[in-house]
Amino acid sequence: MTKIEVKNVFKIFGSNPKKVFPLLEKNLSKEEILEKTGNTVGVNDASFKVKKGEFFVVMGLSGSGKSTLIRCINRLIKPTKGQILIDGEDVVTASKEKLREIRRKKISMVFQNFGLFPHRTVAKNVEYGLEVQGIDENERRRKAYEALKLVGLKGYEESMPDQLSGGMQQRVGLARALANDPDILLMDEAFSALDPLIRKEMQDELLELQSKMHKTIVFITHDLDEALKLGDRIAVMKDGEIVQIGTPEEILTNPANDYVREFVQDVDRSKVITAESIMQKPIELASPKNGPRVVIRKMKKAGINSILVTDAEKKLKGIVTIDDAVELAKKDNENIEEIIKEIPTVSPDTPIVDIMPMSAEADYPIAVINEDNRLLGIIVRVSLISGIVGEGN
Amino acid sequence: MLTLNIGQWFEVFIKWLKDNFEGFFDIVKNVLESGIVGTEDLLLLLPSIVLIIAITLIAWKSAGRGVAAFTFVGLLLIDSMELWDDTMKTLALVLISALVALIFGIPLGILAAKSKLVDKILRPILDFMQTMPAFVYLIPAVLFFGLGKVPGSVATIIFSMPPVVRLTNLAIRQVPTEVVEAAKSFGSTSNQLLFKVQLPLALPTILAGINQTIMLALSMVVISAMIGAGGLGNQVLKGIQQYRIGLGFESGVSVVILAMVLDRITQAFGNSK
Ligand SMILES: Nc1ncnc2c1ncn2[C@@H]1O[C@H](COP(=O)(O)OP(=O)(O)OP(=O)(O)O)[C@@H](O)[C@H]1O
Ligand SMILES: [Mg+2]
Repeated sequence: MTKIEVKNVFKIFGSNPKKVFPLLEKNLSKEEILEKTGNTVGVNDASFKVKKGEFFVVMGLSGSGKSTLIRCINRLIKPTKGQILIDGEDVVTASKEKLREIRRKKISMVFQNFGLFPHRTVAKNVEYGLEVQGIDENERRRKAYEALKLVGLKGYEESMPDQLSGGMQQRVGLARALANDPDILLMDEAFSALDPLIRKEMQDELLELQSKMHKTIVFITHDLDEALKLGDRIAVMKDGEIVQIGTPEEILTNPANDYVREFVQDVDRSKVITAESIMQKPIELASPKNGPRVVIRKMKKAGINSILVTDAEKKLKGIVTIDDAVELAKKDNENIEEIIKEIPTVSPDTPIVDIMPMSAEADYPIAVINEDNRLLGIIVRVSLISGIVGEGN
Repeated sequence: MLTLNIGQWFEVFIKWLKDNFEGFFDIVKNVLESGIVGTEDLLLLLPSIVLIIAITLIAWKSAGRGVAAFTFVGLLLIDSMELWDDTMKTLALVLISALVALIFGIPLGILAAKSKLVDKILRPILDFMQTMPAFVYLIPAVLFFGLGKVPGSVATIIFSMPPVVRLTNLAIRQVPTEVVEAAKSFGSTSNQLLFKVQLPLALPTILAGINQTIMLALSMVVISAMIGAGGLGNQVLKGIQQYRIGLGFESGVSVVILAMVLDRITQAFGNSK
């Protein structure tokens, strides 16, 4: 289900945006347009959809238009042209009252430098979104305390923001954004002002919160590692344009152009590439109902010396080696279930780093299974290595 | 050479105003007059020593012991120079004029902060108001309101308004963008944004503007006495005109003491926030 749909959005800063559109059509660059017209192209024809519950990351260098784009979504900045649909309703043309309603109920924002109200206590900061809605004081206090507990700030409710560390201040920012239980969280470089360690901690906590809350998140960053870690999908921006949208793996393995390629160059691929992207389809499978002779024939035909056994629902039973099967056939025993051995399994989103040590120990391929134990594919050592080196793309 | 008689046009304009808005000027006059006289009466109702102690207590609460001590001694000195009544008359004129300047100045500053257009229009007017020699305001003030306290007050209002307008404007613009964005992003109305976020954060700077406005109002004391506003300014003028150096000095010292007391107290309000 689509939650946010951005359709051909432009934002031109300056006194005469009309002049800019024909130049954009002629493919003039941002610098040329600035020189010719004095207008700055903030966002240039951005289009994308964010699904409900998705963690959508927008990445790009400084000045690429990320902040402008995210501010168009709650109309802190009004797009010059285009549509932004939230649950099908256009924010760009919404009336003042409608816009206020959307901001109060549907979208909250977290800011790079926290944007806290320095004259209000932590709890009063968190209450703010409820206060402007005219919600009863006890009720909003209760919700604020709840939100603060959620982000691990129990006990700091009556502190002033400037008494807290940066990481804690941003937790307040997060609690404030969560207090009115919005569907959508907009986070503009929310962790960029924090120390690396605190930052990592916050990333982990956000992911954990997200696994419980299933918000739709639009997260801005200029840090690729952060984008890869957090994003279900990533949009890469350059000079106001979105140059690529894809899953972290797609961005890494298949960069759309040199700009993206340069961005992803120095990432440790083993941390990002997952089982899913390097697994292969097994050449042949056996059923537990097969007798040993059938199984041996299958292996010989496929040129393999072990075979995975799955049941009618494709659930993984284990592996049978050719030696065991021959042994069983000699005894005239038809029940291969007796010789099925366990093999190591991983889920599709396991990163390569974690698979490598397993692979080093295992004598057999590694099976990739989903949460129902259904076989999705196998990983053999060769594909593991080529995944790391990044061949074949 | 083309000669333009701007002065004459101005005269015509003032006359036209006077003829067409007489009712309005009468209302202004009545309101200001009763405000000032009422305040004077109130201040003079109490024995001087009671008021001195009251002001000293205010100074103590807001600015601490040092300022309180200075206030007490200073005001006693004024009283002992037998300038208490004139000082209270001046204080009444200054307080009412400054109050009116603030009543108009703060909202104007807010408007200028919220609208680029208002800011653009207001800027040259404020420059004009501040750089025009204060004496010049006396002429139209007298034309509209005759002689006495009211024209003095009007000239004082005009002269003392610019700093509070400017500083209110500046103070609101200085509230960090992200904080304003945060308030907006949670669906504040523009009034909620103003009263819950912008004004509280702008308050220290606005209070600095209020302080400056009061100080400028005090600086008009002698000038407005020239058109009959009375008070300490009148004593200073007497000192000059009648060559009574002693009286001139005593009233001058009283103005300075009053200025310092008002300054320290209003400043302290600004800092305590
Ligand atoms: N209010 C404004 N007026 C004029 N130009 C602006 C304004 N806001 C942003 N811009 C310009 O629009 C472009 C995009 O800016 P934006 O802040 O969206 O970039 P960003 O990707 O968020 O960068 P950063 O990583 O530095 O935050 C820049 O060239 C910037 O100079
Ligand atoms: Mg930015």
